[in-house]
Formats: sequence, C-alpha cells, structure tokens
Amino acid sequence: MRIAEMLEARSTRSTFLYLLCLPCLFCFANSATAATPPDAPSVILIQNATVMTVSHGTIEHGSILIRDGRIAEVGQSIKAPGGAQVIDASGQFVIPGIIDCHSHIAAESINEGSVSVSSMVTMEEVLNPDDMDIYRDLAGGVTSANILHGSANSIGGQTLVIKLRWGQPASKLPFEGALPGIKFALGENPKRSNFSIPGQPRRYPATRMGVEVTIRGAFSEARDYKKAWDEYNKRVAAGEKNLIAPRRDLKLEPLVEVLEGKRYVHSHCYREDEILMLLRVAKEFGFKVRTFQHVLEGYKVADELAAAGVGASTFSDWWAYKVEAYDAIPYNAALMTRRGVIVSINSDSAAEATHLNQEAAKSMKYGGLSHDEALKLVTLNPAIQLGIDKRVGTIDVGKDADLAIYNHDPLSAYAVVQKALIDGRVYFDREKDIANRAEIEKEKKALTEKLKKAEKKPEEKKSPEKKPEENSKPPATTPTATATAASEGGAR
Amino acid sequence: MRPIPSFRRLHCLIINLLCFLGLLGVSPAHSQTESQRSSYVITHAKIFTLAGSPIEDGTLVIRDGKIAAVGSSVEVPAGAQVIDAKGLQVYPGLFDAITQMGLSEISAANATVDSTETGSYNPDVVAATAVSPSSEHIPVTRASGITEVLAVPASGGFDSGGGRGILGGQASAIHLAGWTIDELLIKKSAAMVLNFPEIQTVTFDFSTFSRKEKPYTEAKQEYERQINELTDWIARARHYAQAMEKGSVSKYDRDLKLEALAPVVRGELPVLVFADRARDIRNAVEFCDKQKLKMILAGGGEAYKVKDLLRSKDIAVILRPMLSLPEEEDDPYDRELSQPAELAAAGVQFAIASFDNSFARRLGQNAANAVAHGLPYDQALRAVTINPAQIFGLGGQIGTLEQGKIANVIVTNGDPLELTTDVKYLFIRGQLTSLENKHHRLYEKYLNRPKAQ
Repeated sequence: MRIAEMLEARSTRSTFLYLLCLPCLFCFANSATAATPPDAPSVILIQNATVMTVSHGTIEHGSILIRDGRIAEVGQSIKAPGGAQVIDASGQFVIPGIIDCHSHIAAESINEGSVSVSSMVTMEEVLNPDDMDIYRDLAGGVTSANILHGSANSIGGQTLVIKLRWGQPASKLPFEGALPGIKFALGENPKRSNFSIPGQPRRYPATRMGVEVTIRGAFSEARDYKKAWDEYNKRVAAGEKNLIAPRRDLKLEPLVEVLEGKRYVHSHCYREDEILMLLRVAKEFGFKVRTFQHVLEGYKVADELAAAGVGASTFSDWWAYKVEAYDAIPYNAALMTRRGVIVSINSDSAAEATHLNQEAAKSMKYGGLSHDEALKLVTLNPAIQLGIDKRVGTIDVGKDADLAIYNHDPLSAYAVVQKALIDGRVYFDREKDIANRAEIEKEKKALTEKLKKAEKKPEEKKSPEKKPEENSKPPATTPTATATAASEGGAR
Repeated sequence: MRPIPSFRRLHCLIINLLCFLGLLGVSPAHSQTESQRSSYVITHAKIFTLAGSPIEDGTLVIRDGKIAAVGSSVEVPAGAQVIDAKGLQVYPGLFDAITQMGLSEISAANATVDSTETGSYNPDVVAATAVSPSSEHIPVTRASGITEVLAVPASGGFDSGGGRGILGGQASAIHLAGWTIDELLIKKSAAMVLNFPEIQTVTFDFSTFSRKEKPYTEAKQEYERQINELTDWIARARHYAQAMEKGSVSKYDRDLKLEALAPVVRGELPVLVFADRARDIRNAVEFCDKQKLKMILAGGGEAYKVKDLLRSKDIAVILRPMLSLPEEEDDPYDRELSQPAELAAAGVQFAIASFDNSFARRLGQNAANAVAHGLPYDQALRAVTINPAQIFGLGGQIGTLEQGKIANVIVTNGDPLELTTDVKYLFIRGQLTSLENKHHRLYEKYLNRPKAQ
C-alpha cells in the first residue's frame, strides 16, 4: 500500500523457496487457477439478487439474463430459458464490474524514466497476462482497468484499457475499441523531488515551471510535425508524385493523436496550481485533458475542472505521504462531485484495487454522497472517463455482462466478492477458488519435493517434465523489487 | 529520498504554520487542559463495555478523567454535563498498536520524519522524545475513533542509509490528545523494537532507487553476523544489569544503551519483534526463548504457519493490515484477510494495527475485513481495543469500559468498524475532545468557495 511497506514486503522474500521453487510454482499456480479461460455458456440467468443497476435504481429479488456475453434482460421476474445456466444469488448483491481508472497490474515494467518525454513507449508492449495481481483484483470485483505508464515523466508512455480476463493471452486482454491514452505527470514525480541517484546530475525538469515548458515544448514540436504530415498528405491527395514523406517520429505521433482527439490524456497531478497549468497548456494547443489522476487538490479547483469538462480520478483517503499530498482530504470525491465533476476512485496499487468498493463507500461518510453516487465512483464514472460507458459501467440491456456479485451490500467493509463475470463468463468464483486450495497445496508440495530431489542429484537434473501442451503459456516472470518500486514509487 | 535543502526549509515553514493553525483550531469548549476537567454523563446509549454483554439504555459516568460508573441503573451525579445518546452506541476508544504517530508528518519529506535513527543498535532512543503533539495526524486519526496509539520507532520509513536497524528504540503509548507530551503520555517505554535480522538476498536501496542482490551464502553469513552481534548486545546488557543491581556502575562508566536494555534482559520490558516470514518468526521465537526475552510479534504475515508455536510460547501478535497482498504469488488471494480468523481459532492472542499514520484511520476497516473472512465480530473489536492494551501491559488502565479505567470513550452512530459510521463524541482522559481536524477545516473552506466565474 505504501512504498515502504511494499518494498519491505517484497524485498525480504526468503531466498530459499524464492530461488528454488518459484519459477515452477508460478507455472503450476497458473495452471491450477487459470490455464484455460472459463467456458462461456451462451445463456446465463442470475436470479433472486439485489441488482444495483447504477443507472436505474436497485431491483430487489431481481434477475439478469445474459446472452452471448451481453446483458439481454434485467428485471424482477425473468424465466430461465431452456438450456440456461442458472446462478442463484439469493441474499446476494450484483453491481456492474468495478472499473479501475488507474492501475499498474499486468505490466512487466512501468517507468521509462530516462527522459521527461517518453511518449514513444507503450504499456501494450509489456502486458503480462500471468501477473497474479490480475486474479487478485478480479477477486475484488474489478473487471476493467486502465493500465498506465508511471509518473517519472512530464509526458509518459501510452496507456491502454484492459479487461481482467484471467487465463487469456495478452492479445485478449485489451478492451476492444477503447480509445488509447497517454500518461502525463505533474509535480514532485516528474521533477524527481523524492528520488535522486548520488553522483548523477538531476534530470530536467526539476521544477513545476520546467514541467510546463517540457509539455509546451513537446506539443510545439508535435504541432510542427502534424503540419508537415498534413501538408504532405494534402499534396499526395492532390495527385503530386515523387514526394518524400516526412520522417516518422514515434515520440511525436501519439502527441499528434492527442491533438486530433484520438488519444486521451490521463494526467497525474496533486496541486491546484499544476492542474490549472495543464488546463492552460491544453487550451493553448487545442487539446483536451480527459482525466486528472490522483488530483488530490482537485477540490480546490472543482469549478475549473467542471468547466473544462475534465474527469477526476482520485484516492479515497490517502494523504501526507509526500508534500504535495499534505492537503489531500477524504472529502475530495464528494466536493468535486457536488461541483459537477465526473469523479472516480482508483487504486494505483494492486492491493488497493482489491477493495475499491469499500473506498467508494467512504465518500458517503466524507461529504455525504448517496449510495448510488458512491457506487458510480467505481463503475459508471470511470467508464465515462475511459470512454467505455456504452459497453460497461451499469447493468443495462445491451451492455457487456461484466458483473461483480457480493454477499452483502458492496458499500460495506463486510462485503466479500462471490463471483466476477466478464463478457458473461465467470472468471472468478470464490467457492471454486476455496474448493481448489487443498489440491493446489498438494501439488505444490509434490513439486517442491521433486525440486529438492533434483537439487540433490544435479547430474540427473533435466528440463522440467512438463508437457508443452499443458503449459502453452510462457512462464510468468517474477515481479522484481525494482519493478514493484518503479510501479509504486514512480506511479503515485 | 533526499529532498533538496531549500525544500526542507520550506517544509518546516509549512509544517510550523499548519501546526500553529492546528492549535488554533481546538475550540475552547473542547479544551484539553486539566483545569477545565469536569464530569460527563452519557445516557440512554447502548454501551459495549467489552467486559460483559452490551448494556441497552445504559449510562456511563466520567469523572476526573476516569470511568466512575457504567451500567443500566447508575446514579447521575449533580453538575455533570449530560449527553443524551439515545440511538447511539458507546465503545472504548480504539487502540492502534503500531504507528509512527507524531514521529512522521510527511513520510517522503525527511525534515518531517523522526521515526528511524541511523545505526543498527539504538535501544536508548525513546519515541516519546520526538512525538510532536501538534502533528496534524493526531486530530485526523482520533476523528475515526482512535483514542490511543503506540508510537513505534523504526517501524516505518527508513533511515538515511535505507535501513531500519536492529534494536530500533523504545515505543511509547500515547493518548491522541494533549497540549504537551506529558499530557499525551500513557507509558513512555512500552516495548523495545527489535527488527529481527533476516537472510536477505534481495534488498532495495532507496538512495539509488535500485535493487541489490547477493548470493545466498553471503546473505546467510551477514545474517549470522547480525545474530552474533545481537547476542553479544544481550549478553553485555545482562552483565550490565547485574552490575547495576550490585551498585557497581559508577556515573563515569555509565552506558546508556546497556542501561536501556536492562529492563529487557530482566524480562520487564517486552521486545516488539518485527518479522513476517515463518522462518524469521521461528528464528525470533527461538532467539527470545534462549535469551529469556518477553516477545511480542509485530507484522506476522505468515504467523498462521507457526500458530501452534506462538500459542505454546504465549506470544501475542500485532498483525499488519489485512488489506494487503499475500506474501507469496501462489498463496490464496485472501491469505492476509483470513489469517486473523485462523489465529483466533488457534487461541493466539493478537491485535490489529495500521503500522502507519496516514492509514491509521483504516484500523476499523481492516478489522471489519477480518470479520468478513471469518473472525468473530467481538474478537475483531477486542483486537483494536483491549487486546493491544493487554499486550502492552495497559489492560488495567484502558481498553474496556470499566469503573476506574481511564475514560477513553467513543460515542458513535453505529458499528465503529464499519466504513460509514460517524464518531459523534470522543473522550480522551475523560475530556470531551474535538473531532475537528485539518481535513474537516479544508472541507468546510472549499465547500464554501464562491462559484468560480
């Protein structure tokens, strides 16, 4: 949760098991829980549930009919069609699957920190479908997440939205049709206030002034670059022959997409002044900021955010972990909501994402949001912010059957996710997870024994006896302390 | 993690300014001074004493800082301020057993952090010395119903070398209200912090923000060296304690570090041993057993693996927050959440703590999550009230609502562990204490910002 805690937890891993067993256990754990994605029965009926649609109220003793991965019907009495798989959710609560607008799961690396404009790198290239955090967050009811580059740069890498389809290959994770994004970052992280490497000069920029200039400089270049291409394309269209195309610039291409409204800007920020700074820069260059991320002082400039039509994706109650977070207050989400800003609560950490429903609930205590408004913070609102609200975010006919089922009102600390569905498939089932544990433990022991034996007789040590078809996926890579540090420290 | 000097100065200015404002924020009606101490009566409340069944329509009398009476038919003293708590519930204030309260204001800003001294052996440093009574964390934390905490050195954050040392210093139990440290203090020296050495092949260096690896044999040698060193410290402390008893330590050869360890080797002061992995816990138990030290385990990520050992040795555990990820990649996803239930079933005594300042107010949330994963509710409540009090030898003073105990009391509109519950009244040392804080002030201020043109 905190940098220190995460690092402490990760860096003290005991070595013996770590070195000997983990690579193997990874394959095994994956094969046990997710080697094959769940079947998708074409028709599923969830019945007897309290259905919290988010868009049109709560239906007691309600049912949801799912056909071919989409919600086909929502209501009080729906008869199970022939051949339908029935999920009896008596006493349970169904909400739209949680959408995490700021996540770093499923990524092999987070920060390209060497330059302050790193728009050429993209999270899509480093997606790791075997990251166990996908499953853990799924077990927390999260069905979609915005996977972001870190915050080491004024303009960071390209982001993408995924669905948490645990067990599917990397190519099946991206949320189809979701507009890509790009990470910006303002304040202490891009100016590297809290990190330095002894003996190395500080990287430019080192002030909030420099951050502004860096962004303006990049967009000036991007504008020239766009002009060169526009000119070229115009002349080609006019039938001119033998023209030499401008040289492609992978750094500037995504920025041109921003200028053309084809790529969302998700900007990490804390202080009110830097928030207004980016709004001015965006106005100057004629692009839109889609969301401010963290935006812990967003409540101070809520009117300005609302007027600019920018979304705000914040934390529930984090504060005081750095100077720019010292004025953070848990009322932030409610204050911004009341002033007309579309607000979401995000995680920025795999651990936090396991209980985003609880984090949303805090907005009822701090600032008095209604039950529905609180629920929107982790469902509809992040869907709007990511431009995927036509597909997900509410329980409505025609939308993807991405759902989370709890045993209590999800806005309570006592609620536990029982099932999580994506595209009408049950990707997480608590009962099954628990039922599988004894077998997993047994297999783990057997594999550990085998490894110990192999260690004793090194001359007989051969490649692991694993049939390739049993494990078609590449072995998962151990998340290193560095990766964790980069993701944690660099990202918030 | 080294802010540039000019920034440090700025931080100090900001902090000083905010501390000043913080003091101004305490309203006279809720003053904490001794002279204004008076009597209070809370009536018509459902009272959870945690020392018997809940009392419906109960009365709680507070006088001279203590609980004077509690029950269903209690005489109301004349002149007392009466709080009609119909529809409300009364509990002992919550106790967060591991925090850096008052020791760390902004964790990333070194100038505001006093939690971890450099060097490996600092048994003589005492948290109470550096606890800032004006920390903004104090009123923010108490607004969530936490009335007392343990301020624990070397329990969070790192020293300038990226380490936490081995003997980290003495933890102090404090109330979350008071003008001075003397008013805050419950017990100056409640435990000696021992960050138990581990075999570390992978470490993280904050100064270079990079991961460092070393071979296992080398890591093991380093571990053994540290254990020998620690053993030596304990042996010297034992000799020193004997010399003290015989009166043979003159003022010229006084050793403050060994003097601080004397109550530890005499078994009077418990060692608060930070360890998470089962192997480290086993090593620590074996060490403390051999050295006859009174051990309290802190962290305990894998305490469930050694629950029988902990039970048989009567070692209590201060559990880190359940809302964290499991140690191992292939652990069940809810490994942390289900551990409290497992320890309770095995008869291990434990408390739940935040291990933090900013997240101290998630104490109740963590306990509730443990309930959601099988821990009986009353045990969860005890894990954040009377259990930590007992573990640190304060069970006779706080932790339940019983006659004669210090009146650290909360009045809520519901379950104090639930996310949406509000604390309506809070008493610390029998004083009605303000629930106002920095967050609420900023909320009010910006709630009333005129609409921008």
